[in-house]
Amino acid sequence: MVVKNNSNKCAYCGACVGVCPTQALVLKDVRIFVDESKCISCGACVKICPVGAMELSKEVKTASKSKK
Amino acid sequence: MEDIKSKVWDVVVVGAGPVGLYAGIEIAKAKSSVLILDRKQEIGCPKRCAEGLSLRWFNILGLKPNPEWSIQPIHGAALYGPSGKQIKMKNKEPQGYILERKMFEKHLAIEAVKLGAKITMKHLVVSAKRENGIVEMNVEADGKIQTIKAKLVIACDGIDSLVARMLGLNTKNNLNDTDSGYQYEMTGISGYDENLLHLYFGVDIAPRGYIWIFPKREGTANVGIGIGAYEEKTAKFYLDKWIASQPGVKDGSIIEVNAGGIPVGGFLEKMETDNLLVAGDAGHMVDPIHGGGIGIAMEGGRLAGAVAVKALKAKDFSDKMLSTYTKEWYALRGNELKRRLKSRHLLEQLTNEDFDYLAGSISMDEALKIGNGTLTKTDKFALFTKKLVTRPKLLKIMVKYFQ
Ligand SMILES: Cc1cc2nc3c(=O)[nH]c(=O)nc-3n(C[C@H](O)[C@H](O)[C@H](O)COP(=O)(O)OP(=O)(O)OC[C@H]3O[C@@H](n4cnc5c(N)ncnc54)[C@H](O)[C@@H]3O)c2cc1C
Ligand code: SF4
Ligand code: SF4
Repeated sequence: MVVKNNSNKCAYCGACVGVCPTQALVLKDVRIFVDESKCISCGACVKICPVGAMELSKEVKTASKSKK
Repeated sequence: MEDIKSKVWDVVVVGAGPVGLYAGIEIAKAKSSVLILDRKQEIGCPKRCAEGLSLRWFNILGLKPNPEWSIQPIHGAALYGPSGKQIKMKNKEPQGYILERKMFEKHLAIEAVKLGAKITMKHLVVSAKRENGIVEMNVEADGKIQTIKAKLVIACDGIDSLVARMLGLNTKNNLNDTDSGYQYEMTGISGYDENLLHLYFGVDIAPRGYIWIFPKREGTANVGIGIGAYEEKTAKFYLDKWIASQPGVKDGSIIEVNAGGIPVGGFLEKMETDNLLVAGDAGHMVDPIHGGGIGIAMEGGRLAGAVAVKALKAKDFSDKMLSTYTKEWYALRGNELKRRLKSRHLLEQLTNEDFDYLAGSISMDEALKIGNGTLTKTDKFALFTKKLVTRPKLLKIMVKYFQ
Protein backbone atom coordinates (compact mmCIF):
# COMPACT_ATOMS: atom_id res chain seq x y z
CA MET A 1 0.00 0.00 0.00
CA VAL A 2 1.15 3.53 -0.63
CA VAL A 3 0.07 6.76 0.93
CA LYS A 4 -0.92 9.66 -1.25
CA ASN A 5 -1.48 13.33 -0.55
CA ASN A 6 -4.52 14.89 -2.15
CA SER A 7 -3.17 18.40 -2.70
CA ASN A 8 -6.63 19.68 -3.46
CA LYS A 9 -7.84 18.86 0.06
CA CYS A 10 -4.55 19.50 1.89
CA ALA A 11 -4.29 22.58 4.14
CA TYR A 12 -0.46 22.33 4.38
CA CYS A 13 -0.47 22.29 8.15
CA GLY A 14 2.30 19.74 8.66
CA ALA A 15 0.46 17.64 11.26
CA CYS A 16 1.10 14.48 9.20
CA VAL A 17 4.84 15.25 9.11
CA GLY A 18 4.87 15.50 12.91
CA VAL A 19 3.46 12.01 13.46
CA CYS A 20 5.28 10.15 10.68
CA PRO A 21 7.64 7.70 12.39
CA THR A 22 10.02 7.36 9.45
CA GLN A 23 10.40 10.93 8.22
CA ALA A 24 8.79 9.91 4.94
CA LEU A 25 6.90 13.20 4.67
CA VAL A 26 8.17 16.72 4.08
CA LEU A 27 6.22 19.96 3.75
CA LYS A 28 7.80 22.17 1.15
CA ASP A 29 6.39 25.16 -0.74
CA VAL A 30 2.77 24.40 0.16
CA ARG A 31 3.17 20.77 -0.93
CA ILE A 32 3.47 17.51 0.96
CA PHE A 33 6.11 15.25 -0.54
CA VAL A 34 5.93 11.53 0.21
CA ASP A 35 9.13 9.50 0.04
CA GLU A 36 7.63 6.10 -0.70
CA SER A 37 10.91 4.33 -0.03
CA LYS A 38 10.66 5.43 3.63
CA CYS A 39 6.91 4.97 4.14
CA ILE A 40 5.89 1.91 6.16
CA SER A 41 2.14 2.39 5.51
CA CYS A 42 1.41 2.79 9.23
CA GLY A 43 -1.49 5.14 8.59
CA ALA A 44 -0.61 7.70 11.29
CA CYS A 45 -0.69 10.55 8.78
CA VAL A 46 -4.11 9.42 7.55
CA LYS A 47 -5.48 9.44 11.11
CA ILE A 48 -4.23 12.85 12.16
CA CYS A 49 -5.05 14.74 8.97
CA PRO A 50 -7.80 17.25 9.90
CA VAL A 51 -9.21 17.26 6.38
CA GLY A 52 -8.74 13.69 5.13
CA ALA A 53 -6.08 14.62 2.58
CA MET A 54 -3.82 11.61 3.17
CA GLU A 55 -5.14 8.46 1.60
CA LEU A 56 -3.77 4.92 1.78
CA SER A 57 -4.31 3.40 -1.63
CA LYS A 58 -4.09 -0.25 -2.61
CA GLU A 59 -1.49 0.57 -5.24
CA VAL A 60 1.73 -1.41 -4.84
CA LYS A 61 5.01 0.38 -4.39
CA THR A 62 7.16 0.37 -7.48
CA ALA A 63 10.91 0.83 -7.56
CA SER A 64 10.74 3.87 -9.79
CA LYS A 65 8.14 5.49 -7.57
CA SER A 66 10.28 5.21 -4.47
CA LYS A 67 12.83 7.50 -6.00
CA LYS A 68 12.25 11.15 -5.26
CA MET B 1 22.35 41.94 1.31
CA GLU B 2 24.39 40.25 4.01
CA ASP B 3 25.73 36.87 2.93
CA ILE B 4 24.26 34.56 5.54
CA LYS B 5 26.44 31.61 4.53
CA SER B 6 29.82 33.27 4.84
CA LYS B 7 30.15 33.01 8.60
CA VAL B 8 29.60 30.68 11.54
CA TRP B 9 26.58 32.04 13.44
CA ASP B 10 26.55 31.84 17.20
CA VAL B 11 22.97 30.60 16.95
CA VAL B 12 20.68 29.70 14.07
CA VAL B 13 17.02 29.51 15.05
CA VAL B 14 14.92 27.41 12.66
CA GLY B 15 11.32 28.62 12.54
CA ALA B 16 10.15 32.23 12.70
CA GLY B 17 6.98 31.47 14.69
CA PRO B 18 6.40 33.25 18.00
CA VAL B 19 8.78 30.88 19.74
CA GLY B 20 11.70 31.20 17.34
CA LEU B 21 11.34 34.96 17.27
CA TYR B 22 11.25 35.18 21.04
CA ALA B 23 14.30 32.94 21.40
CA GLY B 24 16.02 35.14 18.82
CA ILE B 25 15.20 38.29 20.81
CA GLU B 26 16.80 36.80 23.91
CA ILE B 27 20.00 35.96 22.05
CA ALA B 28 20.19 39.28 20.23
CA LYS B 29 19.81 41.09 23.56
CA ALA B 30 23.04 39.40 24.70
CA LYS B 31 24.77 40.71 21.53
CA SER B 32 25.42 37.26 20.11
CA SER B 33 24.97 36.73 16.38
CA VAL B 34 21.66 35.07 15.54
CA LEU B 35 19.97 34.11 12.29
CA ILE B 36 16.28 33.18 12.30
CA LEU B 37 15.15 31.38 9.17
CA ASP B 38 11.81 30.04 8.01
CA ARG B 39 10.60 28.15 4.97
CA LYS B 40 7.43 30.21 4.74
CA GLN B 41 6.83 33.15 2.51
CA GLU B 42 5.35 35.41 5.16
CA ILE B 43 5.77 35.60 8.92
CA GLY B 44 2.55 34.69 10.73
CA CYS B 45 0.88 33.13 7.65
CA PRO B 46 -0.80 30.72 7.47
CA LYS B 47 -1.67 30.67 11.15
CA ARG B 48 -2.14 27.33 12.90
CA CYS B 49 -3.89 28.92 15.83
CA ALA B 50 -7.07 30.34 17.39
CA GLU B 51 -5.04 33.31 18.66
CA GLY B 52 -6.17 33.36 22.30
CA LEU B 53 -3.63 34.56 24.90
CA SER B 54 -4.53 35.10 28.54
CA LEU B 55 -3.36 38.09 30.55
CA ARG B 56 -1.33 35.77 32.74
CA TRP B 57 0.95 35.13 29.77
CA PHE B 58 1.18 38.80 28.86
CA ASN B 59 2.55 39.33 32.37
CA ILE B 60 4.93 36.36 32.38
CA LEU B 61 6.32 37.34 28.99
CA GLY B 62 6.48 41.07 29.74
CA LEU B 63 4.14 41.93 26.85
CA LYS B 64 1.77 44.89 26.89
CA PRO B 65 -1.55 44.72 25.05
CA ASN B 66 -1.22 46.68 21.83
CA PRO B 67 -4.26 47.57 19.68
CA GLU B 68 -2.27 46.71 16.55
CA TRP B 69 -2.13 43.02 17.44
CA SER B 70 -4.19 42.27 20.56
CA ILE B 71 -7.45 43.14 18.92
CA GLN B 72 -10.23 41.76 21.09
CA PRO B 73 -10.32 41.90 24.90
CA ILE B 74 -11.76 38.75 26.50
CA HIS B 75 -13.53 39.04 29.84
CA GLY B 76 -14.28 35.39 30.54
CA ALA B 77 -15.61 32.18 29.07
CA ALA B 78 -18.77 30.17 28.55
CA LEU B 79 -18.62 26.37 28.52
CA TYR B 80 -21.55 24.51 26.95
CA GLY B 81 -22.67 20.93 27.54
CA PRO B 82 -24.16 18.95 24.64
CA SER B 83 -27.74 19.95 25.43
CA GLY B 84 -26.84 23.61 25.71
CA LYS B 85 -26.48 23.94 29.50
CA GLN B 86 -23.72 26.38 30.28
CA ILE B 87 -21.23 27.54 32.88
CA LYS B 88 -20.34 31.17 32.41
CA MET B 89 -17.86 33.54 33.96
CA LYS B 90 -17.50 37.18 33.00
CA ASN B 91 -15.20 39.59 34.77
CA LYS B 92 -15.24 43.34 34.57
CA GLU B 93 -11.61 43.53 33.56
CA PRO B 94 -10.17 41.73 30.51
CA GLN B 95 -8.67 38.33 31.31
CA GLY B 96 -6.88 38.03 28.01
CA TYR B 97 -6.96 38.94 24.33
CA ILE B 98 -7.49 37.47 20.91
CA LEU B 99 -4.45 38.35 18.87
CA GLU B 100 -4.02 39.08 15.20
CA ARG B 101 -1.07 36.69 15.02
CA LYS B 102 0.16 37.94 11.69
CA MET B 103 0.66 41.39 13.23
CA PHE B 104 1.91 40.02 16.53
CA GLU B 105 4.63 37.96 14.90
CA LYS B 106 5.68 40.80 12.61
CA HIS B 107 5.95 43.00 15.68
CA LEU B 108 8.21 40.38 17.32
CA ALA B 109 10.27 40.11 14.13
CA ILE B 110 10.85 43.87 13.97
CA GLU B 111 11.83 43.87 17.63
CA ALA B 112 14.31 41.02 17.06
CA VAL B 113 15.94 42.79 14.13
CA LYS B 114 16.15 46.09 16.05
CA LEU B 115 18.12 44.20 18.67
CA GLY B 116 20.53 42.86 16.05
CA ALA B 117 19.04 39.55 14.85
CA LYS B 118 18.91 38.64 11.16
CA ILE B 119 15.76 37.09 9.69
CA THR B 120 15.31 35.41 6.35
CA MET B 121 12.22 33.78 4.79
CA LYS B 122 11.68 31.12 2.13
CA HIS B 123 14.66 29.17 3.44
CA LEU B 124 13.94 25.49 4.07
CA VAL B 125 16.35 23.39 6.12
CA VAL B 126 16.59 20.08 4.26
CA SER B 127 19.38 18.37 6.21
CA ALA B 128 21.74 19.00 9.10
CA LYS B 129 24.87 17.38 10.47
CA ARG B 130 27.70 18.11 12.90
CA GLU B 131 31.19 18.77 11.56
CA ASN B 132 34.06 19.57 13.95
CA GLY B 133 31.72 20.67 16.72
CA ILE B 134 29.71 22.94 14.42
CA VAL B 135 26.32 22.33 12.83
CA GLU B 136 26.16 22.52 9.05
CA MET B 137 22.68 22.83 7.62
CA ASN B 138 21.76 22.44 3.99
CA VAL B 139 19.20 25.08 3.28
CA GLU B 140 17.13 25.32 0.12
CA ALA B 141 16.45 28.84 -1.10
CA ASP B 142 15.94 30.30 -4.56
CA GLY B 143 16.09 26.80 -6.00
CA LYS B 144 19.65 26.30 -4.73
CA ILE B 145 21.12 24.51 -1.74
CA GLN B 146 23.42 26.55 0.47
CA THR B 147 25.26 25.57 3.63
CA ILE B 148 24.63 27.59 6.76
CA LYS B 149 26.80 27.06 9.82
CA ALA B 150 26.07 27.55 13.53
CA LYS B 151 27.63 26.78 16.87
CA LEU B 152 24.18 26.09 18.22
CA VAL B 153 20.80 25.43 16.61
CA ILE B 154 17.47 26.10 18.29
CA ALA B 155 14.76 24.07 16.58
CA CYS B 156 11.50 26.05 16.82
CA ASP B 157 10.11 24.44 13.71
CA GLY B 158 6.65 23.60 14.97
CA ILE B 159 4.63 20.38 15.02
CA ASP B 160 6.34 19.11 11.86
CA SER B 161 9.77 19.55 13.40
CA LEU B 162 12.32 17.59 11.44
CA VAL B 163 15.41 19.62 12.32
CA ALA B 164 15.81 18.10 15.78
CA ARG B 165 15.32 14.67 14.26
CA MET B 166 18.01 15.45 11.68
CA LEU B 167 20.38 16.05 14.58
CA GLY B 168 19.48 12.91 16.50
CA LEU B 169 16.80 14.07 18.93
CA ASN B 170 13.50 12.26 18.49
CA THR B 171 10.66 14.77 18.61
CA LYS B 172 8.07 12.67 16.78
CA ASN B 173 4.50 12.98 18.09
CA ASN B 174 2.47 9.92 19.06
CA LEU B 175 -1.08 9.88 17.76
CA ASN B 176 -2.42 9.35 21.26
CA ASP B 177 -0.88 12.58 22.47
CA THR B 178 -1.79 14.70 19.47
CA ASP B 179 -4.95 16.53 18.59
CA SER B 180 -6.17 17.14 15.10
CA GLY B 181 -7.21 20.78 14.73
CA TYR B 182 -9.26 22.56 12.11
CA GLN B 183 -10.64 26.06 11.99
CA TYR B 184 -12.32 28.71 9.90
CA GLU B 185 -11.86 32.39 10.43
CA MET B 186 -15.40 33.50 9.73
CA THR B 187 -17.08 36.83 9.36
CA GLY B 188 -20.72 37.88 9.26
CA ILE B 189 -21.61 35.68 12.23
CA SER B 190 -23.63 36.52 15.34
CA GLY B 191 -25.46 35.19 18.36
CA TYR B 192 -22.57 35.01 20.85
CA ASP B 193 -21.06 37.45 23.34
CA GLU B 194 -17.92 38.89 21.72
CA ASN B 195 -16.26 39.43 25.08
CA LEU B 196 -16.20 35.72 25.95
CA LEU B 197 -14.51 32.60 24.68
CA HIS B 198 -17.14 29.98 23.84
CA LEU B 199 -16.33 26.28 24.25
CA TYR B 200 -18.72 23.48 23.24
CA PHE B 201 -18.29 19.99 24.69
CA GLY B 202 -19.82 16.61 23.91
CA VAL B 203 -18.67 13.28 22.55
CA ASP B 204 -20.68 13.70 19.35
CA ILE B 205 -19.71 17.35 18.97
CA ALA B 206 -15.95 16.96 19.37
CA PRO B 207 -14.70 13.57 20.59
CA ARG B 208 -11.81 13.98 23.05
CA GLY B 209 -11.89 17.74 22.56
CA TYR B 210 -14.15 20.70 21.97
CA ILE B 211 -15.34 23.29 19.49
CA TRP B 212 -14.49 26.94 20.06
CA ILE B 213 -15.54 30.40 19.02
CA PHE B 214 -12.78 32.92 19.71
CA PRO B 215 -14.23 36.33 18.78
CA LYS B 216 -12.14 38.79 16.77
CA ARG B 217 -14.64 41.70 16.95
CA GLU B 218 -17.43 42.91 14.67
CA GLY B 219 -18.90 39.54 13.74
CA THR B 220 -15.54 37.98 12.93
CA ALA B 221 -14.19 34.99 14.87
CA ASN B 222 -12.02 31.92 14.78
CA VAL B 223 -14.45 28.99 14.80
CA GLY B 224 -12.53 25.78 15.27
CA ILE B 225 -12.23 22.31 16.68
CA GLY B 226 -9.62 20.07 18.25
CA ILE B 227 -10.26 16.32 18.50
CA GLY B 228 -8.20 13.25 19.34
CA ALA B 229 -6.12 12.22 16.35
CA TYR B 230 -7.36 8.64 16.66
CA GLU B 231 -10.92 9.49 15.69
CA GLU B 232 -12.24 7.78 12.56
CA LYS B 233 -13.86 10.91 11.13
CA THR B 234 -11.91 14.09 10.45
CA ALA B 235 -11.87 17.30 12.46
CA LYS B 236 -13.32 19.04 9.41
CA PHE B 237 -16.27 16.62 9.38
CA TYR B 238 -17.21 17.43 12.99
CA LEU B 239 -16.73 21.17 12.59
CA ASP B 240 -18.78 21.40 9.38
CA LYS B 241 -21.55 19.34 10.99
CA TRP B 242 -21.68 21.59 14.03
CA ILE B 243 -21.58 24.84 12.07
CA ALA B 244 -24.51 23.64 9.94
CA SER B 245 -26.55 23.35 13.16
CA GLN B 246 -25.76 26.86 14.47
CA PRO B 247 -28.20 29.53 13.29
CA GLY B 248 -25.91 32.54 13.88
CA VAL B 249 -22.86 30.87 12.36
CA LYS B 250 -23.98 28.75 9.44
CA ASP B 251 -24.61 31.62 7.04
CA GLY B 252 -21.34 33.39 7.79
CA SER B 253 -18.49 33.67 5.27
CA ILE B 254 -15.20 31.85 5.59
CA ILE B 255 -12.23 34.18 5.14
CA GLU B 256 -9.46 31.77 6.17
CA VAL B 257 -9.03 28.00 6.50
CA ASN B 258 -6.58 26.88 9.18
CA ALA B 259 -5.49 23.42 10.19
CA GLY B 260 -2.88 21.90 12.44
CA GLY B 261 -1.78 19.15 14.77
CA ILE B 262 -1.57 20.04 18.45
CA PRO B 263 0.95 18.19 20.66
CA VAL B 264 -1.22 18.05 23.78
CA GLY B 265 0.75 15.53 25.82
CA GLY B 266 3.73 13.30 25.62
CA PHE B 267 6.21 15.82 26.90
CA LEU B 268 9.80 15.18 25.82
CA GLU B 269 12.12 13.69 28.40
CA LYS B 270 15.01 15.34 26.72
CA MET B 271 14.86 18.66 24.93
CA GLU B 272 18.50 19.07 24.02
CA THR B 273 21.47 17.25 22.58
CA ASP B 274 24.92 18.35 21.36
CA ASN B 275 24.62 21.77 19.63
CA LEU B 276 20.81 21.65 19.76
CA LEU B 277 17.89 22.92 21.82
CA VAL B 278 14.26 22.42 20.88
CA ALA B 279 11.37 24.72 21.87
CA GLY B 280 7.70 25.41 21.21
CA ASP B 281 5.47 22.94 19.39
CA ALA B 282 8.63 21.19 18.21
CA GLY B 283 9.40 20.49 21.89
CA HIS B 284 5.75 19.59 22.64
CA MET B 285 5.37 22.67 24.89
CA VAL B 286 1.59 22.93 24.78
CA ASP B 287 -1.09 22.98 27.45
CA PRO B 288 -2.72 19.53 27.54
CA ILE B 289 -6.16 20.86 28.44
CA HIS B 290 -6.77 23.71 26.04
CA GLY B 291 -3.99 23.19 23.52
CA GLY B 292 -2.69 26.72 24.07
CA GLY B 293 0.91 26.96 22.98
CA ILE B 294 1.67 30.63 22.40
CA GLY B 295 2.47 31.64 25.97
CA ILE B 296 3.99 28.40 27.24
CA ALA B 297 6.06 27.97 24.15
CA MET B 298 7.32 31.56 24.06
CA GLU B 299 8.40 31.17 27.66
CA GLY B 300 10.21 27.99 26.56
CA GLY B 301 11.78 29.90 23.67
CA ARG B 302 13.00 32.57 26.05
CA LEU B 303 14.50 29.91 28.31
CA ALA B 304 16.20 28.26 25.32
CA GLY B 305 17.62 31.66 24.39
CA ALA B 306 18.95 32.18 27.90
CA VAL B 307 20.57 28.72 28.00
CA ALA B 308 22.12 29.38 24.59
CA VAL B 309 23.64 32.61 25.86
CA LYS B 310 25.20 30.75 28.81
CA ALA B 311 26.60 28.08 26.51
CA LEU B 312 28.09 30.75 24.25
CA LYS B 313 29.80 32.38 27.21
CA ALA B 314 31.20 29.03 28.32
CA LYS B 315 32.03 28.12 24.67
CA ASP B 316 30.56 24.71 25.45
CA PHE B 317 27.74 23.31 23.31
CA SER B 318 27.78 19.78 24.63
CA ASP B 319 24.66 17.89 25.64
CA LYS B 320 25.96 18.00 29.22
CA MET B 321 26.25 21.78 29.26
CA LEU B 322 22.85 22.22 27.62
CA SER B 323 21.06 19.67 29.82
CA THR B 324 20.15 22.36 32.36
CA TYR B 325 17.57 23.39 29.77
CA THR B 326 15.36 20.31 30.21
CA LYS B 327 15.70 20.47 33.99
CA GLU B 328 14.88 24.17 34.17
CA TRP B 329 11.89 23.79 31.86
CA TYR B 330 10.33 21.04 33.93
CA ALA B 331 10.81 23.07 37.11
CA LEU B 332 9.39 26.17 35.45
CA ARG B 333 6.45 24.66 33.56
CA GLY B 334 6.72 20.99 32.64
CA ASN B 335 5.68 19.61 36.02
CA GLU B 336 2.61 21.86 36.14
CA LEU B 337 1.65 20.70 32.64
CA LYS B 338 2.03 17.06 33.64
CA ARG B 339 -0.61 17.67 36.31
CA ARG B 340 -2.91 19.16 33.72
CA LEU B 341 -2.30 16.16 31.48
CA LYS B 342 -3.88 14.02 34.19
CA SER B 343 -6.97 16.24 34.13
CA ARG B 344 -7.09 15.89 30.37
CA HIS B 345 -7.23 12.12 30.66
CA LEU B 346 -10.13 12.56 33.06
CA LEU B 347 -12.03 14.80 30.64
CA GLU B 348 -11.59 12.26 27.88
CA GLN B 349 -13.63 9.75 29.87
CA LEU B 350 -16.71 11.88 30.36
CA THR B 351 -19.97 11.03 28.59
CA ASN B 352 -22.51 13.46 27.15
CA GLU B 353 -24.61 13.05 30.31
CA ASP B 354 -21.57 13.84 32.48
CA PHE B 355 -20.88 17.00 30.51
CA ASP B 356 -24.49 18.12 30.85
CA TYR B 357 -24.59 17.28 34.52
CA LEU B 358 -21.37 19.17 35.24
CA ALA B 359 -22.46 22.15 33.13
CA GLY B 360 -25.64 22.36 35.20
CA SER B 361 -24.09 21.86 38.63
CA ILE B 362 -20.51 23.07 39.03
CA SER B 363 -19.15 26.60 39.16
CA MET B 364 -16.56 28.09 36.81
CA ASP B 365 -14.14 28.15 39.73
CA GLU B 366 -14.59 24.40 40.19
CA ALA B 367 -14.29 23.82 36.44
CA LEU B 368 -11.00 25.73 36.39
CA LYS B 369 -9.66 23.84 39.39
CA ILE B 370 -10.57 20.51 37.80
CA GLY B 371 -8.70 21.63 34.68
CA ASN B 372 -5.69 22.79 36.65
CA GLY B 373 -5.67 19.72 38.90
CA THR B 374 -5.68 22.06 41.91
CA LEU B 375 -8.82 21.06 43.84
CA THR B 376 -8.15 21.45 47.57
CA LYS B 377 -9.36 18.95 50.17
CA THR B 378 -12.34 21.16 51.00
CA ASP B 379 -13.19 21.60 47.29
CA LYS B 380 -13.08 17.85 46.79
CA PHE B 381 -15.27 17.20 49.81
CA ALA B 382 -17.88 19.69 48.62
CA LEU B 383 -17.76 18.46 45.04
CA PHE B 384 -17.81 14.75 45.80
CA THR B 385 -20.38 14.72 48.59
CA LYS B 386 -22.76 17.43 47.43
CA LYS B 387 -22.64 17.47 43.66
CA LEU B 388 -21.41 14.13 42.42
CA VAL B 389 -23.03 11.87 44.99
CA THR B 390 -25.95 11.15 42.66
CA ARG B 391 -23.63 10.21 39.79
CA PRO B 392 -21.62 7.23 41.01
CA LYS B 393 -19.77 6.58 37.74
CA LEU B 394 -18.66 10.16 37.40
CA LEU B 395 -17.73 10.25 41.08
CA LYS B 396 -15.57 7.17 40.59
CA ILE B 397 -13.66 8.78 37.72
CA MET B 398 -13.15 12.00 39.69
CA VAL B 399 -11.97 10.18 42.79
CA LYS B 400 -9.56 8.13 40.72
CA TYR B 401 -7.94 11.25 39.30
CA PHE B 402 -8.10 13.51 42.30
CA GLN B 403 -7.69 11.32 45.35
C1 LIG C 1 -6.12 24.85 15.35
C2 LIG C 1 -5.18 25.37 16.41
C3 LIG C 1 -5.61 26.32 17.34
C4 LIG C 1 -4.74 26.80 18.33
N1 LIG C 1 -5.18 27.78 19.18
C5 LIG C 1 -4.35 28.32 20.09
C6 LIG C 1 -4.77 29.40 20.93
O1 LIG C 1 -5.89 29.90 20.83
N2 LIG C 1 -3.91 29.88 21.86
C7 LIG C 1 -2.65 29.37 21.99
O2 LIG C 1 -1.91 29.84 22.86
N3 LIG C 1 -2.21 28.38 21.18
C8 LIG C 1 -3.03 27.84 20.24
N4 LIG C 1 -2.56 26.83 19.42
C9 LIG C 1 -1.18 26.38 19.55
C10 LIG C 1 -0.21 27.41 18.98
O3 LIG C 1 -0.64 27.86 17.73
C11 LIG C 1 1.18 26.82 18.83
O4 LIG C 1 1.53 26.19 20.02
C12 LIG C 1 2.20 27.90 18.49
O5 LIG C 1 1.96 28.45 17.23
C13 LIG C 1 3.58 27.31 18.51
O6 LIG C 1 4.50 28.20 17.98
P1 LIG C 1 5.86 27.69 17.38
O7 LIG C 1 6.67 28.91 17.13
O8 LIG C 1 6.41 26.60 18.21
O9 LIG C 1 5.48 26.98 16.01
P2 LIG C 1 4.94 27.59 14.65
O10 LIG C 1 4.19 28.83 14.85
O11 LIG C 1 4.28 26.45 13.98
O12 LIG C 1 6.28 27.95 13.86
C14 LIG C 1 7.15 27.00 13.34
C15 LIG C 1 7.81 27.58 12.12
O13 LIG C 1 8.87 26.74 11.68
C16 LIG C 1 8.93 26.76 10.28
N5 LIG C 1 9.63 25.56 9.83
C17 LIG C 1 9.28 24.26 10.05
N6 LIG C 1 10.17 23.42 9.51
C18 LIG C 1 11.12 24.20 8.90
C19 LIG C 1 12.30 23.91 8.16
N7 LIG C 1 12.70 22.65 7.94
N8 LIG C 1 13.03 24.94 7.67
C20 LIG C 1 12.63 26.22 7.90
N9 LIG C 1 11.53 26.55 8.61
C21 LIG C 1 10.78 25.56 9.11
C22 LIG C 1 7.47 26.81 9.88
O14 LIG C 1 7.31 27.35 8.58
C23 LIG C 1 6.85 27.71 10.94
O15 LIG C 1 6.78 29.06 10.56
C24 LIG C 1 -3.41 26.31 18.41
C25 LIG C 1 -2.98 25.35 17.49
C26 LIG C 1 -3.84 24.89 16.49
C27 LIG C 1 -3.32 23.88 15.50
S1 SF4 D 1 1.71 5.93 6.41
FE1 SF4 D 1 3.03 6.13 8.25
S2 SF4 D 1 5.12 5.94 7.45
FE2 SF4 D 1 3.80 6.33 5.67
S3 SF4 D 1 3.90 8.53 5.39
FE3 SF4 D 1 2.10 8.11 6.68
S4 SF4 D 1 2.87 8.31 8.78
FE4 SF4 D 1 4.67 8.12 7.46
S1 SF4 E 1 -2.12 16.74 7.94
FE1 SF4 E 1 -3.45 16.74 6.14
S2 SF4 E 1 -3.85 18.91 5.74
FE2 SF4 E 1 -2.12 18.84 7.14
S3 SF4 E 1 -0.32 18.89 5.75
FE3 SF4 E 1 -0.77 16.74 6.18
S4 SF4 E 1 -2.10 16.09 4.47
FE4 SF4 E 1 -2.11 18.33 4.48
